[in-house]
Amino acid sequence: MDFLRPATWEEALAAKAEHPTAVPIAGGTDVMVEINFDHRRPEYLMDLNRIGELHEWETEDDSVRLGASVPYSKIMERLRTELPGLALASHTVASPQIRNRGGVGGNLGTASPAGDAHPALLAAGAEVEVASVRGTRLIPIDDFYTGVKRNALAPDELIRAVRVKKADGPQQYAKVGTRNAMVIAVCAFGLALHPETRTVRTGIGSAAPTPVRARAAEEFLNAALEEGGFWDNGRIITPSLARQFAELCAAACNPIDDVRGTATYRRHAVGVLARRTLTWTWESYRGSARTSKGAA
Amino acid sequence: MPNGAPTKITQGSWTKGGIGESTLRPDGTLKVTGEFAYSSDMWHEDMLWGQILRSTVAHAEIVSIDTSEALATPGVYAVMTYDDLPTEVRTYGLEIQDTPVLAHGKVRHHGEPVAIVAADHPETARRAAAKIKVEYRELPVITDEASATAPDAILIHENRTDHHCGHVPHPNIVHRQPIVRGDVAEARRRADVIVEGEYHFGMQDQAFLGPESGLAVPAEDGGVDLYVATQWLHADLRQIAPVLGLPEDKVRMTLAGVGGAFGGREDLSMQIHACLLALRTGKPVKIVYNRFESFFGHVHRHPAKLYYEHGATKDGKLTHVKCRIVLDGGAYASSSPAVVGNASSLGVGPYVVDDVDIEAIALYTNNPPCGAMRGFGAVQACFAYEAQMDKTAEKLGMDPVEFRRLNAMSQGAVMPTGQVVDSPAPVAELLRRVKARPMPPERQWESSEGADVRQLPGGLSNTTHGEGVVRGVGYAVGIKNVGFSEGFDDYSTAKVRMEVVAGEAVATVHTAMAEVGQGGITVHAQIARTELGIGRVTIHPADTQVGSAGSTSASRQTYVTGGAVRHACELVREQVLEIGRRRFGSYHPAWATAELLLEGGKVVTDGGEVLADLVDVLGDEVVEIEREWRHRPTEPFDLRTGQGNGHVQYSFAAHRAVVEVDTELGLVKVVELACAQDVGKALNPLSVVGQIQGGTTQGLGIAVMEEIVVDPRTAKVRNPSFTDYLIPTILDTPTIPVDVLELADDHAPYGLRGIGEAPTLSSTPAVLAAIRNATGLELNRTPVRPEHLTGMA
Repeated sequence: MDFLRPATWEEALAAKAEHPTAVPIAGGTDVMVEINFDHRRPEYLMDLNRIGELHEWETEDDSVRLGASVPYSKIMERLRTELPGLALASHTVASPQIRNRGGVGGNLGTASPAGDAHPALLAAGAEVEVASVRGTRLIPIDDFYTGVKRNALAPDELIRAVRVKKADGPQQYAKVGTRNAMVIAVCAFGLALHPETRTVRTGIGSAAPTPVRARAAEEFLNAALEEGGFWDNGRIITPSLARQFAELCAAACNPIDDVRGTATYRRHAVGVLARRTLTWTWESYRGSARTSKGAA
Repeated sequence: MPNGAPTKITQGSWTKGGIGESTLRPDGTLKVTGEFAYSSDMWHEDMLWGQILRSTVAHAEIVSIDTSEALATPGVYAVMTYDDLPTEVRTYGLEIQDTPVLAHGKVRHHGEPVAIVAADHPETARRAAAKIKVEYRELPVITDEASATAPDAILIHENRTDHHCGHVPHPNIVHRQPIVRGDVAEARRRADVIVEGEYHFGMQDQAFLGPESGLAVPAEDGGVDLYVATQWLHADLRQIAPVLGLPEDKVRMTLAGVGGAFGGREDLSMQIHACLLALRTGKPVKIVYNRFESFFGHVHRHPAKLYYEHGATKDGKLTHVKCRIVLDGGAYASSSPAVVGNASSLGVGPYVVDDVDIEAIALYTNNPPCGAMRGFGAVQACFAYEAQMDKTAEKLGMDPVEFRRLNAMSQGAVMPTGQVVDSPAPVAELLRRVKARPMPPERQWESSEGADVRQLPGGLSNTTHGEGVVRGVGYAVGIKNVGFSEGFDDYSTAKVRMEVVAGEAVATVHTAMAEVGQGGITVHAQIARTELGIGRVTIHPADTQVGSAGSTSASRQTYVTGGAVRHACELVREQVLEIGRRRFGSYHPAWATAELLLEGGKVVTDGGEVLADLVDVLGDEVVEIEREWRHRPTEPFDLRTGQGNGHVQYSFAAHRAVVEVDTELGLVKVVELACAQDVGKALNPLSVVGQIQGGTTQGLGIAVMEEIVVDPRTAKVRNPSFTDYLIPTILDTPTIPVDVLELADDHAPYGLRGIGEAPTLSSTPAVLAAIRNATGLELNRTPVRPEHLTGMA
């Protein structure tokens, strides 16, 4: 195995162009497990840790450009306001030691359906910034996951950053595991309210071959909220509306039975998480709407 | 001596640190700061690395093994299979020698050792092992009682000759123990309520943090020095030496740093393999399992099916108990027979029942071999009989604690085996104490800033802010035997030396006791200080240059090796006083007339008068005594009736569990697990509380998450990793308030009672009872998983 250590992003892209089979490694929290278990023996390993900009983030007017290697612990501590869904997801990642090393770039590169960041990125409507010697492109997160542990990257491309719009409304994230910390998701759910566009977006983890959105549930809810004037009048979401939304989210799953849980349970649990996260975010939205009215 | 081999540890100041004090572990700080040398840290110049090739299938005939490519790999020094074993002794086992050193003709479980490799680098050894070609012809797998005892079942072991084979109803049953007392048919007629239940107990792993490892160093005399993390050096030695074709004195064993055991190191793992490779290559060989291999490298807790019937009168007295306990022993016997003895003899629990009909069996199957684990047969039974006690109380409309109190045994009670419990058995008092504790506050997750998810089911995963959460409370109590039972000669040996070093009288305690974390290393020094009246005590590394200490298991080491240390100290003290009388007797009449004690480094009379300094008494003389010590003998259980004084001592603990259950998601947060336990005498109170909290947590693990999942179609393990075999984190571990009773057992040294296992028993059923209380579900299996709590299994 050859170990490549590019000093700059340009060197990294050149090396990746020359060795398209090179496996990039940053925190190593996924790749090293695979190598230690001999599940993969890459011809080239490309260490990205010398490239400082991957560990940085830029806060722009309405979005955050989050370097691929920014560790989860930093997202939790520094980006709670801008990226609340992703910050909540980061809290659920493994242990403090792993959260200090692992970042979103690794989750996207591995593209496991169980990656904790995916539902939050789907709900927020992120874009993945990828680059090669041929240039840079932005892949909408909806198009990024192409199969079980497969993504839309070309062989010569590397993940540079994710661009996520700053939250314009409440976001939530919840994950089911059979332990109260340090656990791989049995299933996970992310939900973001986007009052600016009057839409709700979702993300489901570990309950289908890839991370997915519950599109039918979103469409149903968007229409119901619009029709009932919910965004303006701040009405309570009725239990029946929440239940229908939850059922549609559960129906968006295509889970399997495995050692971590049954398919039936996963579908059920995604429904429960959908209902709860909708309630939490909507109550928060109503609360903030009331506060701003009161202030005005 | 290799790097990282254990050295002598001297502890203690001048006057403090006797029994009853919470002296600190000499290895505690080293372990917490990462400086302690575990067996996996050892290193020797010029050493090779051993690797084991394990079967990829659970049950198959071996058609052929081709090692040529592995042998041709550069850096490989040796490849060995069954055909390369040096003697005719090619199996081993704790009680029944049915386990092949390397597979011969057949593999009987997933992960069975087939070949071993030594190479100059661990990765080279691993890759070479992967190049060994084994052709298997797969056989149908036997995975449960029905498939094991079917008329046409393949025999896991053909031509059995062990001492159980004559009384078992089928050759795929390792051992069967019935216990019959009174007249159940008659008693059944007196019952106003009868409660039946069928229970399933999952396969738990010891999950010790230091995987199996050791280093074998070939010696010039043709022997071998083996440094290894184990639980019982002399039992290892007895099994290793014949396979190597060496006399026992040429296999010199030293205990290396042990990272936990819980029963999982009672059977051999890499010991023989490392010695074989070292003797074959003439070089030191180190073997370290990784976590994946460790799941295949040791026996687990027996999974069990338990069928119970309890009867009671309407005023709440038990009339009878019938039960049948089916333990899955897996492919090899390990300690299955003794586990059967425990499960049957303790199968009713700490209750007075005159009419019982009990049967326990252990199966041979193609599942992973099962053997010793903390609680040893008593754990599975306690889970079931405590569920039955709750169910019966409910049917009677009685409070579950009151129902237990009405039937609780006390000193003088008669066990189902006919044995009289002749020391304190404060079962009702233990229950009273956990019940009397104040309850943790309701809705303890609420704070001024909203819900603290760490206090809720789901924890950091943020699954609830209080929705669906229901509290439940449950109680349980258990009974565990202490020491080896059923007539086993369960002795220990201690060598104690006293001499003057640098102007100070010091003692050295040398035993073969395996310190696996239980705290014997601290307790031995405390005993020596108390008995010899000195401050400085050196603990010699445990090795086979002294007699056997028996196993560090069955809650027995403080009792038995502690007893041996005390006994040896008493003999040393007598000899020291004899020297004193010889030297100084003529100077003071008290040497002849008074009762003399050793205190503060001096010989004093029982009236407190100082007669001489130990430094002066001893002078240049060295007093050294090695002695075996035994507790009261026990008897085997009658094979037909189960009657017999089979156990040495009983130990009792009770728990109250308070849980919050998210009833919609089936997630559990154990809020508090209060324990009360009688320890007879707390030799080291801090260690006692630590043991109780650790045992309680291990019991919680089997209640809500820990299970080795075996595919019933293939008998292959599905979750051999800490990713999918979950053990409790600190967020899963509740507050564990501990109430320690000290009611002396007059038969035991200092009145002490073995403590390590009892808390593991009652913890699990208490948590299950609390979850049932919260959800109203029946929950007949453990661990309980989210799909069981939501009806989605």
